[in-house]
Amino acid sequence: MVTKPAERPESTGGLIRTLLTNRFSSIVIAVLLSLAATWIVISVMGVEPVRVFSIMLNGSVGSVDAVTQLLQSWVPLVLASSGLLFTFTAGLWNIGMEGQIEMGAIFAYGAIHFLSGTPLSGPLVIIIATFSGMLGGALWAYLVGLLKNYGNVNEIFGGLGFNFIADAVLLFLVYGPWKPAGVAQGSTKMIESQYWLPQLPGSYLSLWALGAAIVGILIVAVVLKGTYFGLKLKAVGKNAKASFMMGIPTSRYMLLSFILCGLFAGLAGSIQVTGFLHVLRNSISGSYGYVGLMVGMLANYQPWVVVPISLVFTALSKGATGLGIDLRLDSNLSGVIQGLLVIFVLLMEGVRNRLSRGSKGISHG
Amino acid sequence: MLLVGPYNDNGWSTATYEGGLYVQAQIPNTEFIYADNVNIASNPNTTAAQFAEQLLQRGAKVIIFNSDDMKDGVSEFSKAHPDVPVIWLSGDYAWKDGQRYQADLTNESDIMGEMEYGKMMAGCAAALTTKTGKIGFLGPLINDETRRLADAAFLGAKYCWENIAEQTTPLEFKVTWIGMWFNIPGVTLDPTQVADDFYTNGYDVVISGIDSTEAVVEANKFQGQGKEVYAVQYDYKDACKVAPKACLGVPYFNWGVALKPMIQSIIDGTYTRQFVWQGPDWKDINNADTSMVGFQKSDGLSADASTKLDQFISELAGGLNLWTGPMNYQDGTVFLKEGETATPQQIWYMPQLLEGMLGDSVAK
Repeated sequence: MVTKPAERPESTGGLIRTLLTNRFSSIVIAVLLSLAATWIVISVMGVEPVRVFSIMLNGSVGSVDAVTQLLQSWVPLVLASSGLLFTFTAGLWNIGMEGQIEMGAIFAYGAIHFLSGTPLSGPLVIIIATFSGMLGGALWAYLVGLLKNYGNVNEIFGGLGFNFIADAVLLFLVYGPWKPAGVAQGSTKMIESQYWLPQLPGSYLSLWALGAAIVGILIVAVVLKGTYFGLKLKAVGKNAKASFMMGIPTSRYMLLSFILCGLFAGLAGSIQVTGFLHVLRNSISGSYGYVGLMVGMLANYQPWVVVPISLVFTALSKGATGLGIDLRLDSNLSGVIQGLLVIFVLLMEGVRNRLSRGSKGISHG
Repeated sequence: MLLVGPYNDNGWSTATYEGGLYVQAQIPNTEFIYADNVNIASNPNTTAAQFAEQLLQRGAKVIIFNSDDMKDGVSEFSKAHPDVPVIWLSGDYAWKDGQRYQADLTNESDIMGEMEYGKMMAGCAAALTTKTGKIGFLGPLINDETRRLADAAFLGAKYCWENIAEQTTPLEFKVTWIGMWFNIPGVTLDPTQVADDFYTNGYDVVISGIDSTEAVVEANKFQGQGKEVYAVQYDYKDACKVAPKACLGVPYFNWGVALKPMIQSIIDGTYTRQFVWQGPDWKDINNADTSMVGFQKSDGLSADASTKLDQFISELAGGLNLWTGPMNYQDGTVFLKEGETATPQQIWYMPQLLEGMLGDSVAK
């Protein structure tokens, strides 16, 4: 009997290699691996995984109310994530996004605080508050950029430091000058309803906020993909020294990327005040900055990819709140799933790069 | 029911959770469902009103908000669902004579226990036990409710110190606010640290005003080091069980006592909006079916102090009103003139600590 022993293993190996080196299939594998790992985690907790996924799905898209809540939470996340694409493209890690969102919320609430009771109309005050919030976020990001450029402080440490300062300022304000009279409860009083972004009747979703998010991602896409500025920013991110040698003012571009990112963070913060919570309170940034970093990482500089990924992350987060009600599980399980997803996608990215390099080596050899 | 903390916090949330279980056991064909950790630290992106929507989707016919922290959610949800009965524990939107009355929330009712009596007992137990004459009060955030409860504890302590223990030296009573009902790392003061500071600075009894058990846990730790210190817990009748010997007792709520008739009236179709502020059943303050507020003694309370505390409780049952002038606010302005007694509104909307108390009346 004559056989061809080497043929089958080679074809199987070749298929695996193809799957691992193809970007799309490697992401699918990463998602499947993270689902499998989540399945194991849930099983260890003694709960039926199918039930968990069913509750999460139902909680995120199972009703009109769930969908409007999903979109309402998606707005600040997609704004944060898309803003981060500016700094990611410039090769920078804007960990300070959390503080920038908080500063946006502070500036927005501050504008309303000082303008309420004046003859200015509600819509005008909302517009002023929105721009104030964007200014606050941009200012806070600019400071991180200045430290990076002129103080030689790594933006990760600078950003973390400014997050702590923003936290402190926020706590000082809500427990101090902006606290409701005689009360210290970590929250200001609610702003008057004339200063709320209009919400869809019977829901917590503001179409204005949703519109702002969509316009925001469009702007990011156009700037990064369709302008010289975007191209140069990418060059700075790829190789700052070479870009400088080619005449690109790298420091200025880095600063601009921080400012642009801060504008988006500030917008997210102001929408938290005018479109959702209607107060200024601790934890108002909602960890959107940190989750946005994960989304930005997974999006790999692609603005359009930010949309579905941030939607999935929001769905995980919103869907998980039902776990506590129905299964007595901690809703932080969604954070575990998000983390596993990021780890496996990055892992598969590493595998893909390694195998791709290997393939090139063989072909050139 | 929406619980601000975890259902098993051994404090406020557990007490309200057990109130829900009580109703479920007492009224046939009722089912109790709940969401816990409904607070901005645990769930920053989901508001109380949104959690209430989730319970509604799961078939809830009545929504109970268990915290003052949810006041915005109560208002928002009640307006959005005028056909759904809403009960706010510790709230006052339904109080016609109150400062925060909201006439348009026709479906909303409030329930609160007259915990001022419980806190007076707590203060008394502390005063009858302290050897240093220094009592600490581990306060949560600062608002009308927390000020009136701290004031009540002080009044009970002062009365028992002077009239039952017959001490002539002044009693020291210090309030330290942590900034929230429970610990939020990085946001509030750490209640463990605050309790430790009290115990190491001569305050040998700490009355807890927060929803969790740090005061008694730390007292237990200090007792293990040979120091004679104690805590008085709050909210939940079994809260002392974490360290019975370090605990003098706990003033607690039986929420089911007020919840049951209200839920029954909703089922019967006779529900009308109410503001309920209900005190102890003086015939038996620890009767789970009749007494909204009780005081459960613990092993740390000596037999002598226990007897004297009973004497004080009898005096309260007999009509002793400690909210009687002359009495000044902390800043020296007159609260009650000679012989004047406080109105319910004056007590509920307490603007300051009282003269003789240490600590902040308002946030600085």
